[in-house]
Amino acid sequence: MRDVAVIGVGMQKWGELWEKSIRDIFVESALLAMDDAGVDRLDSMYVGSMSPGIFAAQEHLESVMADYLGQQYIPATRVESACASAGLAFRLAWMEVASGISDIVLAGGVEKMTDVSGGEATYALATAADMKWEAMNGVTFPGLYAMMAVAHMHKYGTTREQLASVAVKNHYNGSMNPRAQFRSRITVADVINSVKVADPLNILDCSPITDGAAAAVLVPADQVKNYKKAGVKIIGSGHATDTIALHDREDIAAIRAAQIAADQAYKMAGKGPRDIDFAEVHDCFTIAEIVVSEALGFFEPGQGGPAVESGETARDGRIPINVSGGLKSKGHPVGATGLAQIVELVEQLRGESGQRQVKNARVGLAQNMGGSGGSCVVHILEVM
Amino acid sequence: MPPAREWRSYPQRYKMEAARCKECGKVYFPPRLVCGKCQGREFERFNMSRTGKVITYTVIRTPADAFKGQAPFAVGIVKMDGGARLTTQIADVSFEELKVGLPIKMEFRRIFSEGDAGLIHYGHKAVPVRQ
Repeated sequence: MRDVAVIGVGMQKWGELWEKSIRDIFVESALLAMDDAGVDRLDSMYVGSMSPGIFAAQEHLESVMADYLGQQYIPATRVESACASAGLAFRLAWMEVASGISDIVLAGGVEKMTDVSGGEATYALATAADMKWEAMNGVTFPGLYAMMAVAHMHKYGTTREQLASVAVKNHYNGSMNPRAQFRSRITVADVINSVKVADPLNILDCSPITDGAAAAVLVPADQVKNYKKAGVKIIGSGHATDTIALHDREDIAAIRAAQIAADQAYKMAGKGPRDIDFAEVHDCFTIAEIVVSEALGFFEPGQGGPAVESGETARDGRIPINVSGGLKSKGHPVGATGLAQIVELVEQLRGESGQRQVKNARVGLAQNMGGSGGSCVVHILEVM
Repeated sequence: MPPAREWRSYPQRYKMEAARCKECGKVYFPPRLVCGKCQGREFERFNMSRTGKVITYTVIRTPADAFKGQAPFAVGIVKMDGGARLTTQIADVSFEELKVGLPIKMEFRRIFSEGDAGLIHYGHKAVPVRQ
């Protein structure tokens, strides 16, 4: 297996991009990544997208995007793993380069979510849960994570304020990210007094509906010298699944797929949680960041809440989490999120993150998951 | 929703039919073809007990379109006595009453209706067992 490096990343500003189509959104970010890498031809590409059929009335996205990216005839693959689609697209691109089949592979992700009504978007997202035995009994995605929060609060004493602290931190970080959808700073009181969605989660505990894309270009590590920028090496990759329904998990206050995927990635990288300088994690809801920070081994089970509240996960804390603003502030175009995490890792590791730069960042971790944790992808990247 | 999609699951929706693995005893609701614990493929089907307790819960304030008229309403994950866990609405309950461990029983109820013809979907909802 060959070592693989990222030599280019791209991401346009996220938000409600009414004037742009799903094609425009994807191609703009993909071209930024290709320009960053200094390439105009690809050997192959992967397109992560959860539900373009419902959101944008277009399937067969691999052909659409290879065509509109000016890469006709190359092999292209659409990847779907709900909100982990882009993380998985990145993993498959890594595997293709590592295997020796291709030398220049683009991994991209895109979702165009604001063309449909809130009800239709809720329906499209619900298809990532067990439609028949969860959603059709009235539970929504915020509802599933709310039940995880109640279980975590019951088992460990996690507090409402600790949940809110995740949103406060991520909005603060996102206020320094020019590409973030919501750049306003908020307080714990703002979160606790915002509109109720599924108790104990309010609207400011939830990631938003977003249009956006992100992309990265991968090449063999020993060819990085042929390109204009410093490469960032992929030193660990992990991928796991779990039961589709939350109610079938033994421990509802944990996300086992994240733990398994992380263990694989740590083992491959020859590193542990203490070797990670910063992490981008899947904070689709505030409770998710707390539970995942435990699954990744940054904190003991039950300590994720106190850790965020005491600032351990702030940009200047022991283990900075979501310095990009996370899904909460940056936005969550579901099929693109995993690659936005990679964009943040690569830029931080190159020292290009300006105001929100993590000092001495040499090793970063990205964790991207689908549904209530039915799938999870973890990557570890290191400065070369 | 296509009628067949609903009709196929009547044994589970109406009778709470589950399957117990003959090899290891693990219970699945709805029934499956292979056991995830021991890979066994032989199951015995049975109707689950209607009593159990709440494992976790929430109150849905912003529902999907199909449940719009019903919000706010409680949902939970419940564990049936001698059976499996499932996700269900919790009806006839004040939200203050909700807690982990709350004893419940399952009752046959209307779940939601859809379309201009008002096709009604029935199933089970949990209600608190009061002493």
